[in-house]
Amino acid sequence: MTSIDLTVNGNPARLSSPPAARLSAVLRDELGLSGTKVGCDAGDCGACSVLIDGELVCACMVPVAQAAGKSVVTIEGLPTQTRSGAALQRSFLAHGAAQCGICTPGMLVSAAALVDTNANCTAAEIEIALGGVLCRCTGYRKIIEAVMNAASTPVDLRPKAGAAVGSRIVRLDGLPKVNGTEHFGADAIPEEAFWVRAIRAPFHRAAFSFGGIAAWRENHPGIICILTSADIPGRNLFGAIPAFADQPVFAVGETRFKGEAVAAVVGERTAIESADLSRFPVSWKELEPILTIDQATIPWAALVHASRADNTLVRGRVARGDPDAALASCDVVVEGTFETGFVEHAYIEPEAGWARRVGNRVEITASTQSPYLDRDDTAAILGIDPTAVRIIPSACGGGFGSKLDLSMQPFVALAAWHTGKPCAMVYSRPESIASTTKRHPARITSRIGANRDGKLVAMDFIGKFNTGAYSSWGPTVANRVPVHASGPYVVPNYRALSRAIHTNCVPAGAFRGFGVPQTVIAQEQLLDELALKLEIDPLEFRILNALTNETPTVTGQVMGDGVGFRECLEALRPEWLKSRARAKAFNAANQVLKRGAGVAGMFYGCGNTSLPNPSTVRIGLKPDGRIALHQGAVDIGQGSNTVIAQIAADAVGLPLQQFDLVSADTDLTPDCGKTSASRQTFVTGKAAELAGRKLRAEILRLANAGPNARIEIAGNKILVKETAILRGLALNFMEPGADGYVLRAEETFDPPTAPLNAEGQGIPYAVYGYGAHLAEVEVNTRLGTVRVLKITAAHDVGRAINPTLVEGQIEGGVAQGIGMALMEEFFPGKGENLHDYLIPTIGDVPPIASILVESPSAVGPFGAKGIGEQALIPTAPAIFNAIHHATGVRVTRAPATPDRLRAWLIAKGFP
Amino acid sequence: MKLAGGGYVRPTSIPEALQELVGAAPVIVSGGTDIYPAHAGRALPENVLDISGIAGLRGISRIGEFHRFGAAATWTDIIRASLPPAFGALQQAAREVGSIQVQNRGTIGGNICNASPAADGVPPLLVLEAMVELTSRNGARRMPLADFITGYRQTAKRGDELLTAVLVPAAADAAKSSFVKLGARKYLVISIVMAATLIERNAAGAITQARVAVGAASKMAIRLAALEASLVGLPSGIAPSSILKPEHFEGLSPISDVRASAAYRQDAAWALTAAALDGAA
Repeated sequence: MTSIDLTVNGNPARLSSPPAARLSAVLRDELGLSGTKVGCDAGDCGACSVLIDGELVCACMVPVAQAAGKSVVTIEGLPTQTRSGAALQRSFLAHGAAQCGICTPGMLVSAAALVDTNANCTAAEIEIALGGVLCRCTGYRKIIEAVMNAASTPVDLRPKAGAAVGSRIVRLDGLPKVNGTEHFGADAIPEEAFWVRAIRAPFHRAAFSFGGIAAWRENHPGIICILTSADIPGRNLFGAIPAFADQPVFAVGETRFKGEAVAAVVGERTAIESADLSRFPVSWKELEPILTIDQATIPWAALVHASRADNTLVRGRVARGDPDAALASCDVVVEGTFETGFVEHAYIEPEAGWARRVGNRVEITASTQSPYLDRDDTAAILGIDPTAVRIIPSACGGGFGSKLDLSMQPFVALAAWHTGKPCAMVYSRPESIASTTKRHPARITSRIGANRDGKLVAMDFIGKFNTGAYSSWGPTVANRVPVHASGPYVVPNYRALSRAIHTNCVPAGAFRGFGVPQTVIAQEQLLDELALKLEIDPLEFRILNALTNETPTVTGQVMGDGVGFRECLEALRPEWLKSRARAKAFNAANQVLKRGAGVAGMFYGCGNTSLPNPSTVRIGLKPDGRIALHQGAVDIGQGSNTVIAQIAADAVGLPLQQFDLVSADTDLTPDCGKTSASRQTFVTGKAAELAGRKLRAEILRLANAGPNARIEIAGNKILVKETAILRGLALNFMEPGADGYVLRAEETFDPPTAPLNAEGQGIPYAVYGYGAHLAEVEVNTRLGTVRVLKITAAHDVGRAINPTLVEGQIEGGVAQGIGMALMEEFFPGKGENLHDYLIPTIGDVPPIASILVESPSAVGPFGAKGIGEQALIPTAPAIFNAIHHATGVRVTRAPATPDRLRAWLIAKGFP
Repeated sequence: MKLAGGGYVRPTSIPEALQELVGAAPVIVSGGTDIYPAHAGRALPENVLDISGIAGLRGISRIGEFHRFGAAATWTDIIRASLPPAFGALQQAAREVGSIQVQNRGTIGGNICNASPAADGVPPLLVLEAMVELTSRNGARRMPLADFITGYRQTAKRGDELLTAVLVPAAADAAKSSFVKLGARKYLVISIVMAATLIERNAAGAITQARVAVGAASKMAIRLAALEASLVGLPSGIAPSSILKPEHFEGLSPISDVRASAAYRQDAAWALTAAALDGAA
């Protein structure tokens, strides 16, 4: 075999990989340089960007043979092999430009290619230079800031004791993200691992049978075993919500969506990768599928699941007052029907992980948002006790809801269980898009009435959601939607009905907002229609009807404190007036291009809907005076590793630098639930606050000091200072327990909620987050294209524990909202890649001004509420209202792609 | 040089490369920007002819009455080259191909041979009346690009031939050209529709030659002959876009796909052509 000689990061390397192998794979697998990420293998995402002789390329499209004799620089070599690399890494960290970190190596390499030749680059030049790297978390703005300011030395904030909360400290887990050493799901797979690939259905619905599996395996040396439903020792079933679990690991007899697994092949990596799985011995008979809400709800429709009548997974209802009578008597009523499509999460890290069997236990290292859900479902599949499964979350390269569900976990667990060897699985991008959950397509019909005084009176809402083939988080969507369909407004007479409907589409599950973003697209556009009819300014109309501390929600809950919605709207007022005036002036001078400004509001309940969702946090004081913070919230880029630590530090009253993080691992950390429902800062944060205060109380008790005493650690002593008195506790005289800690505190927090009655009345959430976005857009009326010029986003977060991270959530949410508004739609069975499925690039996200409103909620840690999902929800309707302001066109089908918008413009009479 | 492992060959000369085409049909790779995406999640086919190591296949030069682009010239090479005004459209298209990563790797020859209806390079080359040079062991032949691409991902290249160069007549060097691409986002985007134009005027400012090509609105990019004919003679002071009529676009036959509807493409082709005409006016 001929070898290939080249230079990698300044060092000579000799490679034995096949010449056509992708350079990205060779760097990772043969040289162990896992900082180069693989997001698509198609040049669509740029995560694998490296330099070859100084030129920026996607390593996934370079045959390694072409690197012979060349000099390759990867993220690992950036500090030594480029002039600007080290400064860029520091700057990314300081500016919060890395969230999950999966795109960060590609961003940094691309940025270094620019800055090395152009140190004083402009924002426009940065956009061109980074246009080839997709980021799904940050919204790009902090990346631009980081590149522009790479030359200035960042300040390393080290807040004093008690000052961590509210401080813009850099993320505590950030360094490995910028230097390329972070290990995501595919990055630390043992070399000896077997590989696993799934055999998946090629049709939306099909009957199938196997024939000659044993013979096929014998013809494929290196393939060790083939797994089907017959190889499942426990139950062939999983589902995010246990009561609705309905999804088989391997389908039996019939598949219900294109991409559903029927078998998996396990074996030597080369054998698995070279096997032609299109010739796997399975015969398919395509059956008539149900793909739309209409097809699923005709009376004679076939049932996707025999046990679910009318193809209905679940219905939701919230009702109050007498909406029918009230609507009949309103001065003004508006009505509309709005539709949205499937939206793909498009995290840059496809699902990946590996498992190993340790005696009669299984350990799974995988990219996930929900280690305990993974543990329990995988255990049931294996037929073993949940404690016999250990989930070790790898770094998660973006989740946004889809990594709450099992993907590769049961396959690798079963393979490891049967073979006794480590077994790994890395989804390809097409496999990821085809088989994992999506945002629910919705069809919403709503009627809203108001009186001449501008007050909302009544609303009647029906929302139907295409939940796909399996339950996933469909019940959560159906339950959340009727609670949120009113938005944060006072609506005394109200009825909202929701229904999750099965089809033979890919399962729709959790996606940042659980159905609320779709709902708000209807609600906020109809509110604008009402304001127009009433001839009231749309912003003032919202202010007039805004929920307050004293007024009830549609479930009858009076919050009492922490309702900062009105403040959010008022914070937008100055920019609102300017932007409306700017649009008017522009439109007077332009015919083809039209500008507009639109606003939309939102509220969003933090945590599960009327269901327990406790988090438990443990804090231990070590004999050396350092503090171990055991918290099981998975940081998927949003920053919980940092935020929870900031809260814990201030609760104890010690500087953050004193803390060691013990992050999510089901063997090491107590259950902090799933990273979803905007609950980690609020719920786990509160548990951390309680545990921190408890540890502090214990220290003060031992020192016989009052509650306001200051605690310091000096050498092996705890010093407790109270006015003029100084007391010392010698750590070396304190006996460590079995856990190695001399003192410990563990606290659980479960948000106080109350069940909803049959009419949906009750206390679904202990706290809501509130916000409003103002969008300015420019519509090319001739082409139907929309350029978003600026987003101003006001959010009531109660207390911004870390303002940089909060802004990061807002900017990332806005970017996803722009995608949902203008370009993102997945058509099941089509375009399973990132060049047909489009998400915003760095050139599609405009400047974003974040306004942080702090209206504290007593129940939250230091008053804090969630922001993760809140940030996305109002963007799309704000853009749509801006499009209407610009053109008079109402967006009734999202996304407003150029062809749809142009058709509406033509119907409106535009030339 | 024959590298071991699965029939991967990377010759350093054209004759060596042509030898590999005798009795075999390897996948031909240079920049890899089409072939690797087409195999996402899979390995490349067994037999690969990598032409990126062939000396002299990449240069851009003026040879006699032609500008010669080696087939392996990348989009970045084209952006950086010092070229006459007529090449403005081609250089603009090069800047809008994918991303810098793709521009650094993707080649003019590959773009043509891949024969995608949405190939960004093709409309500008059509208005330049580019020829392709096809080389086999029997010698070289030339053919207009307009004849070379015969359909959706189909070309007139024979199995024993390599596309070795793109030749652009220097006659229109002084003309103005323009390229406009429409996609649903800013970067990394496949065209919904695109248009390229080239306009030459006489001393009085009247149009003496007009060429218009529209891409992604038919099985392959095509010239709009009727429009071109009606533009000739148009005096300065009249915007070329003002004479557009529906019949100028009758030759287009767009499809509906995930990017846009057929009706939209037909409609947008007009708008893009108008913009590209005014851009070259």
